Amino acid sequence: MNPYLPHLARITDRRHEARDVYSLQLRLEDRDVRNAYAFRPGQFNMLYVFGVGEIPISVASDPDEPESLCHTVRAVGHVSRKLVELPKQSQIGLRGPYGSSWPLEDARGKDVIIVTGGLGCAPAISTIDYILRRHENYGTLKILHGVKTPKDLVYRQRFQSWARFPRTEVYLTSDEPNAKWQHPVGMVTELFRSVKFNVDNSIVMMCGPERMMRNAGGVLLERGIPADRIYVAMERNMKCALGFCGHCQLGAEFVCKDGPVFRYDRIQRLLAINEA
Amino acid sequence: MSSSVIEQADLQSLFDELVRLGYRIAGPALREGAIVYDEIRRVEDLPAGWTDSQDGGSYRLKRRDDNALFGYAVGPHSWKKFLHPPVVRLWSAVRKEKGFDVIDEELPHTRWAFIGVRSCDLHAIATQDRIFLGSPYTDPIYKANRENIFVVAVNCGHAGGTCFCVSMNTGPKATFGFDLALTEILEGTRHYFVVDSGTPEGNGVLDRIPHRAATNDDIGLSEHVIERTRQQMGRQMDTSGIKELLYQNYEHPRWNNVAARCLACANCTMVCPTCFCTTVEDVSDLSGDHAERWRKWDSCFTMDFSYVHGGSVRPSIKGRYRQWMIHKLATWIDQFGTSGCVGCGRCITWCPVGIDLTEEVRAIRETPQ
Repeated sequence: MNPYLPHLARITDRRHEARDVYSLQLRLEDRDVRNAYAFRPGQFNMLYVFGVGEIPISVASDPDEPESLCHTVRAVGHVSRKLVELPKQSQIGLRGPYGSSWPLEDARGKDVIIVTGGLGCAPAISTIDYILRRHENYGTLKILHGVKTPKDLVYRQRFQSWARFPRTEVYLTSDEPNAKWQHPVGMVTELFRSVKFNVDNSIVMMCGPERMMRNAGGVLLERGIPADRIYVAMERNMKCALGFCGHCQLGAEFVCKDGPVFRYDRIQRLLAINEA
Repeated sequence: MSSSVIEQADLQSLFDELVRLGYRIAGPALREGAIVYDEIRRVEDLPAGWTDSQDGGSYRLKRRDDNALFGYAVGPHSWKKFLHPPVVRLWSAVRKEKGFDVIDEELPHTRWAFIGVRSCDLHAIATQDRIFLGSPYTDPIYKANRENIFVVAVNCGHAGGTCFCVSMNTGPKATFGFDLALTEILEGTRHYFVVDSGTPEGNGVLDRIPHRAATNDDIGLSEHVIERTRQQMGRQMDTSGIKELLYQNYEHPRWNNVAARCLACANCTMVCPTCFCTTVEDVSDLSGDHAERWRKWDSCFTMDFSYVHGGSVRPSIKGRYRQWMIHKLATWIDQFGTSGCVGCGRCITWCPVGIDLTEEVRAIRETPQ
């Protein structure tokens, strides 16, 4: 079996989320492959555009509905740009799922703190949806999201709708607000100073720019949340997703197979390394 | 099994027997001023009477004063070019109405007999085995190539100026991973090989070619050859606690020092027998209806290697050299249970500015931060 070989999948729907962010609904063509496919939130697929290339994209939909797989893609490179331009009914290649997943089993019965930053973080959004659909299994959901400027808040309506759920708190902050911004000002880490946590029964899932996660990790530790209850999703260049190409290495970790979701104590030291 | 002896004059019969069994023979050959590994057919294709002089950033061929067939150290090639080919097509795709078909690639089926594999390179092959044949995935190309080989090892009779297998505990005597292992003996007018078999296949080949039992004198001479090589190591490296040493010295002025010399040319990664990184290239024909994915050796020294939207994760040469050396000597141990370095010295010899990782390790060890 050639592990590099993709399955064929069809784009059944395509939505413009915001700015350069699109969501693609994918259906695996082969019935047996489709029936056998299962993933856990946080895992990713390699998506191939004919003649252009292949990129890792996390699965954003619910794992209980694997027959239709949502991938939220930001068009930032030559493959992702082509991918979001493809019309509905186009065929692409898909192989996966790969990598580790969010600790949604360990999180049962606990308060869940989701910390995200930057432009639309698909792995975090799918996790929020996952928890809200099964909220009876979890404690309070706290969503902390930081953006640089208000126009970077690409999921404004989703944040507003999440805030209306019971036992759900949404906190937004902006580094460089404009006159209309009605939320706190500053980095997402500064929210930690005002938001109350149940330190003994909270689990944190973070996704976003590395600098944000490094700073947030530091503050969370100061607040008393142990490193083994903080999880982060990492992003790295990946060519194979199999642990062969070497591109995604972070210290001794292969982000493709040991990650992309890591327990914070496993990579805390690595996040602190200055590569400049 | 006890050792045997093959006379130099009978060595061709080993080649002939391997060809009869369906192997193509790859071995050392003189090409463009260096001893490389290439397809050979006859004993006369071996670089008889040649040796090399190696140092940081320097490789020169020299004549020997005898006709030794294996009287040199390793050159710029390693066996990974056969097992983990530098360029390989992974699959192709053909456009059709409303989509495309994906076409799998046929697995390689050449059966290579490697002649003259040194102990460091046996360790390198075992190291790549852990990468490509381990869990959770297996690389089918490496596996197909790997399963088909016949290995004739050679115990080194000459250490190069950049060799340090003794420090890495990877040589100079071949101890595993071979079908047959030869030690070349040149004693007065006599020229022969002491042979040990490592597998039933090796025994089978040996049985069908002219040989005799080795005497205690033959074995003593072969041990002397290996011991002499052991004493000749051009470099040495203290590996005690090396993983912890490097993990504790991610920040050290020496990284800036080496970054000022390193050209980020990637030579060290290309000649390294364990470096395994690759990239993928997508190509299509002029019609746009036929696309292919190709895998090519890549290097952590390029900017593209760690590129994610917005930039490279390791923009500085300091960061990239540090990534390479700490991977080779430290994180590799956590990943695969062995060092990524086998002490072959190729990265030192083929570095255009002569950067020597044994010297870099020494500098850090002498002034830990």
